Amino acid sequence: MPDYLAAGHTVRSWLGTLDHKRIGLLYLASITVFFWIAAGAAGLMRWDLLTPQGDVVTSDLYNRLFTLHGVLMVWFFLIPSIPNVLGNFILPLMIGARDLAFPRLNLASWYIFMAGGALVLYAILAGGVDTGWTFYTPYSSTYANGHVMLMAVGVFVTGFSSIATGLNFIVTIHKLRAPGLTWFRLPLFVWSLYATSLILVLATPVLAITLLLVALERLAGVGVFDPKLGGDPLLFQHLFWFYSHPAVYIMILPGMGVVSETIAAFARRRVFGYRIVALSSLAIAVLGFLVWGHHMFVSSQSVYAGVVFSLLSFLVAVPSAIKVFNWTATLYRGSISFETPMLYALGFVGLFTVGGLTGLFLATLPIDVHVHDTYFVIAHFHYIMVGGMVMAYMGGIHYWWPKISGRMYHEWTARITALITFFGFNLTFFPQFVLGYLGMPRRYHVYPPEFQTLNVLSSAGASILAVGYLLPLVYLGWSFFFGRRAGPNPWGATGLEWRTPSPAPQHNFERTPVVTTEAYHRGEPTD
Amino acid sequence: MSGDRLAFALLSGGLPDASTLAPRVDALFYALLATSTLLVLILVVLNLTLLIRYRRGSPAPRGPLPFSQIKLEIGWIAVTLAIFLGFFFWGAWLYLDQTRPPVDAYEIRVIGRQWMWDVRHPNGRREFDELHVPIGTPVRVLLSSEDVIHSFFVPAFRVKQDAVPGKVVSAWFEATRPGTYHLFCAEYCGTEHSGMTGQVVALAPEDYAAWLERGNQVSNLPIRGRELFVRYGCAGCHSPGSQVHAPLLEGIYGRLQPMANGEFVHVDETYLRDSILIPGRQIVAGYPNLMPSFQGVIPEGDLLELIAYLKSLGAANPPASPGLAP
Amino acid sequence: MSTAADPELSPFRDAEQRSVANHLGLWTFLATEILFFGGLFMAYSVYRYAYPEAFAEGSRHLDFWIGTINTALLLTSSLFVALGDHAIKAGRHATLRGCLIGAWLLGALFLALKFHEYHSKYVEHLVPGLNFRYDEPTHWAPQIQLFIFLYFALTGLHAVHMLFGLGAIAWVLWLDLRGRVTAQRHGGVEMVGLYWHFVDCVWIFLYPLLYLIAHR
Repeated sequence: MPDYLAAGHTVRSWLGTLDHKRIGLLYLASITVFFWIAAGAAGLMRWDLLTPQGDVVTSDLYNRLFTLHGVLMVWFFLIPSIPNVLGNFILPLMIGARDLAFPRLNLASWYIFMAGGALVLYAILAGGVDTGWTFYTPYSSTYANGHVMLMAVGVFVTGFSSIATGLNFIVTIHKLRAPGLTWFRLPLFVWSLYATSLILVLATPVLAITLLLVALERLAGVGVFDPKLGGDPLLFQHLFWFYSHPAVYIMILPGMGVVSETIAAFARRRVFGYRIVALSSLAIAVLGFLVWGHHMFVSSQSVYAGVVFSLLSFLVAVPSAIKVFNWTATLYRGSISFETPMLYALGFVGLFTVGGLTGLFLATLPIDVHVHDTYFVIAHFHYIMVGGMVMAYMGGIHYWWPKISGRMYHEWTARITALITFFGFNLTFFPQFVLGYLGMPRRYHVYPPEFQTLNVLSSAGASILAVGYLLPLVYLGWSFFFGRRAGPNPWGATGLEWRTPSPAPQHNFERTPVVTTEAYHRGEPTD
Repeated sequence: MSGDRLAFALLSGGLPDASTLAPRVDALFYALLATSTLLVLILVVLNLTLLIRYRRGSPAPRGPLPFSQIKLEIGWIAVTLAIFLGFFFWGAWLYLDQTRPPVDAYEIRVIGRQWMWDVRHPNGRREFDELHVPIGTPVRVLLSSEDVIHSFFVPAFRVKQDAVPGKVVSAWFEATRPGTYHLFCAEYCGTEHSGMTGQVVALAPEDYAAWLERGNQVSNLPIRGRELFVRYGCAGCHSPGSQVHAPLLEGIYGRLQPMANGEFVHVDETYLRDSILIPGRQIVAGYPNLMPSFQGVIPEGDLLELIAYLKSLGAANPPASPGLAP
Repeated sequence: MSTAADPELSPFRDAEQRSVANHLGLWTFLATEILFFGGLFMAYSVYRYAYPEAFAEGSRHLDFWIGTINTALLLTSSLFVALGDHAIKAGRHATLRGCLIGAWLLGALFLALKFHEYHSKYVEHLVPGLNFRYDEPTHWAPQIQLFIFLYFALTGLHAVHMLFGLGAIAWVLWLDLRGRVTAQRHGGVEMVGLYWHFVDCVWIFLYPLLYLIAHR
């Protein structure tokens, strides 16, 4: 059986493929493009923020830049990153299946994703949108000019791609597990993808209908969210965050899954407290649906609603903290080596801890009142999204790179890149915590001069971070064609995906594997 | 220069604490910061120790765990939960204080508009992008917006509240030291969002009183409201000599008003506002539903003055500048 | 739903596994549908609570009888689909076809009446964004417009689902005529039936919320 890369070399063999691995690579290529467009916007903003007067771009352009950055990063990079690239590629391999349950739906979801992406790119090229990625009404529905409708419809369309992928994952995990692979023998990455899929399937439709209402309001001039016509702008915020807060967990749960895999592989130990780590993913997914109101503490929602949402937000932090403790405990009596994926995973644990703890600051009502809509919030969610999710994504790409490409990347180059990323990230975002507590509001193009030093530090960090993201393009690209050949299991890891050749064969396995042991089982700890 | 700025940023003096609330928020913040830092330090030390001790090829013992896994799990879940709940209660307790203005608070009306703050003091003095307040007096800011959502943010007071179109919401603070502080719009409101900034000038009460008198006031808010009451035709129906059967409004504010549907409504600013804009929503018992809606007819600023007038009808003494006298 | 025709490409071990997977897929899809409509129902609830009079007055502009007849049509049509599913399990192809045609025709009649109702709203100048004009003396014109807008959004979204359903019924009918539905292999009929019942259920909520709240 040929490997999946050798199975065809025509454009058609890629664009018409039903192979989950090839579809994973289609996603990889497309979200990389979206990532760099969005990163370019961030770079321009950081350049502009070097001076308090904001003399690189106009205010109007600045507003369009952060909208573009948010929309593309959230819906066209972070949400599809680990699920659609790594999940697509590795999930069937991990559970011993030949493919996802609905291969055609999987390919269709990529086309839907690209259609949405095309609409959004067109909206950007035609002049952009200046509402921010949150599309708050009545600004977005009544006051904003620009291509709000196109942008909203683009995101609306992409939502169906998320739903299709989530549905596919749920059915695959339920029904296509190899014989003997019971729920509590599943790798933790599969658990995290399952929890993520639940959110994708249940939250995304609410976003879809909300954006549809905004678009219709603009089109028909009806005041669904416009108080002048009887509407309520807070309803929009409730609906929007009912989706967007769970969506935050779409953007971190898969990262936690990747980290569980890599720490288990490089510490050569079963993840400590396996069941608790698995169930904590589900707990996060469920509780994540009940905390949306913590985005609205100063929105004039009821004071008592604020108190309840604050309590629930503290509770949702517990399962996240548990995971961090369990990862640490996994190292105990391990046999640890420090290849690149492990460095990214350790970076994740550190940055996620800081991001999670600052989340507690935001759950604490009076502190949130002060730092809401300041750079403190920006720093907090970048620690989760970039320090967490992107670190895990990079780690995951390196970890499964041998399975994807059949080849090894240059280890030391990659290690140094991981360190550059870690350093650049902290320099970019740590000063923003301070800026936020000092009161610098977000989405400010012009700012008071006393905030300049910290902004310059942050911009300097961003340039280092850019290097950390550029280098992998070079050395991974090189290794794809010229790297040393990898065997089936270069890391000595457990898991079904390592029991088949690299790159994976077209139908994944010669014979359907049968599972008889727990996840991460390696007999006696070796070495 | 930039060294100074960095020092400004990193030292606690970087952000003034100029309200009664600020030190209380800071105490909570620093307590949480200390707890978090301690936790991060413990994790970093623990991780580094484990990483070094159990590096591949090290002589450290391996093999099964020498302790009970489940006890450890229960232990750290319990400790985490306890710490989290502690901070939740501390926060909630402070938040309830923060959201309940004292009854005798001095009221200033602030309207957000793309892209400026329009401030009206009780005696009618009006200012833009500046807010003068007396120190040592609880000040209740009544916020509204004429277009999109804005957010009233004074970092030095640790106060933030969205101004939402279609309603009046309030925020309160008590300034503690004279000075000039930043006023920001914190909710993105369009092109010149970052230009929607201003200053809060906190003055000693006697300075504030003097400042009020110096101003350009034409007449105070209730008196202007009285003129509007006539100009918009309200007086045509809501007056003793009227042919139309409409309720009289003397002493209306703060009353418990019976409604046609049998309920009772506490007459506050929101009720007065709704009754002008959406009169059909709540009908006073014993009166027909006759009044036309003034939605889109009365601008936000006038509305505030009208409501101030209606409130003054209920007050025993017209509010000159209460709270200033010790 | 993809039921890969080529067994080489199918990830399933056997027809049994495929059938349960398809069912789980459809149920998951219906769960997302509930939340999709859920957003609109939430908007409806919030504004009905805020403006009960306006919603009652708005409801008076809907045609009670068309709504009622449509409810009856849709429920009967669902019954036909269920009977068809029952029949094919016993291998009665003729009954299945009759039932599917019956269900299809009732569904089409529903849409025809719906279209007629939309048209009359247009004639009465009650289509928001197109020609909404409210001349009767009231304080509630914007709020009534809100109600009518929600009426169009809810029933419009429902009608789109009906169109998909009619397509699906026609597809199953075609499969049966091609001999690809048997007493052993009737998953398609079941799935289409499930979807059609869901569309029916949504209408059961829409009918009272839109047509029955007027004070008559």
